[in-house]
Parts: sequence; C-alpha cells; structure tokens
Amino acid sequence: MSNKKQQVSRRQFLNYTLTGVGGFMAAGLLVSPLRMAIDPVLKHSSSGDFVNVGISVDEINDTPQRIDWTVEQVDGWYKSEPSRSAWVYKDENGDVVALSPICTHLGCVVSWEGSDQHPDHFYCPCHNGLYTKDGVNVPGTPPLAPLPVYEQEIRDGILFLGNPIEREGA
Amino acid sequence: MLQKVYDWIDERIDITPIWRDIADHEVPEHVNPAHHFSAFVYCFGGLTFFVTVIQILSGMFLTMYYVPDIENAWKSVYYLQTEVAHAQIVRGMHHWGASVVIVMLLLHTLRVFFQGAYKKPRELNWIVGVLIFFVMLGLGFTGYLLPWDNKAYFATQVGLEIAGQVPFIGEQLRILLAGDATIVGAQTLTRFFAIHVFFLPAALFGLLAVHFILIRRQGISGPL
Repeated sequence: MSNKKQQVSRRQFLNYTLTGVGGFMAAGLLVSPLRMAIDPVLKHSSSGDFVNVGISVDEINDTPQRIDWTVEQVDGWYKSEPSRSAWVYKDENGDVVALSPICTHLGCVVSWEGSDQHPDHFYCPCHNGLYTKDGVNVPGTPPLAPLPVYEQEIRDGILFLGNPIEREGA
Repeated sequence: MLQKVYDWIDERIDITPIWRDIADHEVPEHVNPAHHFSAFVYCFGGLTFFVTVIQILSGMFLTMYYVPDIENAWKSVYYLQTEVAHAQIVRGMHHWGASVVIVMLLLHTLRVFFQGAYKKPRELNWIVGVLIFFVMLGLGFTGYLLPWDNKAYFATQVGLEIAGQVPFIGEQLRILLAGDATIVGAQTLTRFFAIHVFFLPAALFGLLAVHFILIRRQGISGPL
C-alpha cells in the first residue's frame, strides 16, 4: 500500500468528489436565480422607435414652438402612455431642430423666452438657467451641459422624433 | 406549571446549557451604568439592536397591508394610514425607527472609535460592524421608495443616478437596481421591495450573528 502512486487516500478522494459534486449542485441551484436577477442588465432596450409627434415640417418656422406628444411605454407588465415634449424650430439652413425641454441642471422644464429679461434664450425658472437658441447652455448659469437633441426623421413632410441625445458641456 | 413544562423539556433535550451559553455571562463593572453612570455609552450597541427588532416586527406587520405595485403601493399605504386601526402607529414606528436606528448606530460607532475598542484583537468585528452599517443604509434607501409618493420616487431617481456614477460598472449597477434601463417604475418597485424585505434582512441577520458571537468570544474591551 505504501508505493508512490498511492498519493490520494480514500478519505481525500471522498472529500474531493463530495465537494465537487456539492459544488456543482450548489452552482446549478444558483444559476437560474442569478440569471433572473441580472436580466434587466443584459436585455437590450427596445427603445429608439420614432414616433409621429403630430406636426408637419411646414408648420415649423424659425421661432421655437413647444410640441407635446405621447409615447407608448412598456414597463415590464405595465403599459402606459407618458407624454413627451420638445421645442422645435428651423435653423438658418432650414433644418428642423428638436430640443428636449429638460434642464440639464436639475431637470426642470425650460421654455423659449420664458423670462422677459432674457429674449432669444431658453429660460429655466427654477434657478435662472439659460440656453441659447441652439440649446447650448450659457456659461455662468447653473446648467453645465446643452439641452439634449431629439433624434429625428422626416417622413412625407411629417416630423418623427426618437430619443433625446445628451450633448457634451460647453 | 411553567417550571414543570421547562423541566419536562429539559429532561429530554437538556436545554439548560444552551440557555446558559446565551444568557448567563458576567457584565464587567466598567460597562455597567449602575456602577459608573458614564458607562451608558456602552448601551448604544444594544439600543441599535433593540430598534432593529422593532423595525423587523413593525415591518412584518406592515406587509400585511402593503402592496409593491405601482398602481396600489401608495393607495395601500394611504389605506393603512387612514382606515386601519393603529396602523398609523405601526407605520410611525417603522418610519421613525428607521432614522433612530441610524442615529444609534452612529453613536455606537463613535463610542467604539473614541475608546479605541476596534483595536487588536477586535479589528474583524469592526469590519463586520461597518458592513452592518452599509446594510442599514441599503435598508433605508430601498425602504424609502416603497410608499411610492413623489418624494420617494425622486429620491430614488437621485439615488440611482449616484449609483450610475460608480466607475466602470456604474451603468450596469444602476440598471441592476432599477430593473430597467430607462424607467424607474414597476420593476424598480418590486426589486426594491424584495431587497428591502428579503435580501438585506437576510444579510443583516447573518452579520448580526457574527457580530454578537465575536463579542461573546472576545469579550467587551477593557476599561480606559
């Protein structure tokens, strides 16, 4: 029994196999719960659909106007139609620009020329945040980033908007 | 009668030694407020545990009415606040206790810190205590969302954005907590409920057991 090949004792062998089998069983037990818990992280979001916002390109001029529309939102088993809004205008090249009204400072809602003291600016009433017409924040006011721009598509002269895309700070 | 019941059980399974191990131990003079009143600082750990027990009990009863669903969460809280006898008191215990437990925990931590009670050989128990502190903060954070009112919703939005600032894994961490990449909604509420009521309490019980067993093994640190 004492030859050199006999390096694993019966006790060790049983210890290893039982630990191994037990480990496999424990792992098998844990796979599904863990996968279930992290599912939201691995799911790719299905957002990015463009929605008809109910305005034709002809109705858009060079003065920003506020438009409101609803999107279909699926939150797990709960479907709802939350509203979205944007400020849309045509820039000097005639291209449509759609800006998110959500202030990049603390999330209040900005409006075009919302203050008499600041013509030709987007104004946030919460902390006097200012943005120029192209949505770029005015330095020295609270916001540190420009207003997000909506992804857009024009189909048959009708404006379709997607997700607001955040921009780097000015 | 009670003695008879006790004897009957003890005769069969010999519970006296178990009981003795748990409850029968000496309280050193320097931690006994009856000897030195200033020893009341040693009470904060026990008070933390006492309030924790209140939190567990009141929370158990709150789940008899609470529904973790975005349509009904607020309504169920409103119902128990306004219609159910004494439920306002139970929810009040849970609400205020949540703050008191953090205060007690901080006082306990300060005592251990300024007495140097965390020093060798008690470093491990300090670490366990810090983990308990994190679990308590997690319980506060997840519990705050459950009433599903405006304050709860936007506080959670802020909290999730803070989680999103963690380097490298922030985004994944935020989605893991929120249950959805963009929405703070139905799946966030069920997740926070599960974490608040099952996951974190389970972690807390384990850590508390280790905390107490270590105290018993190592004894309370000596007088200053």
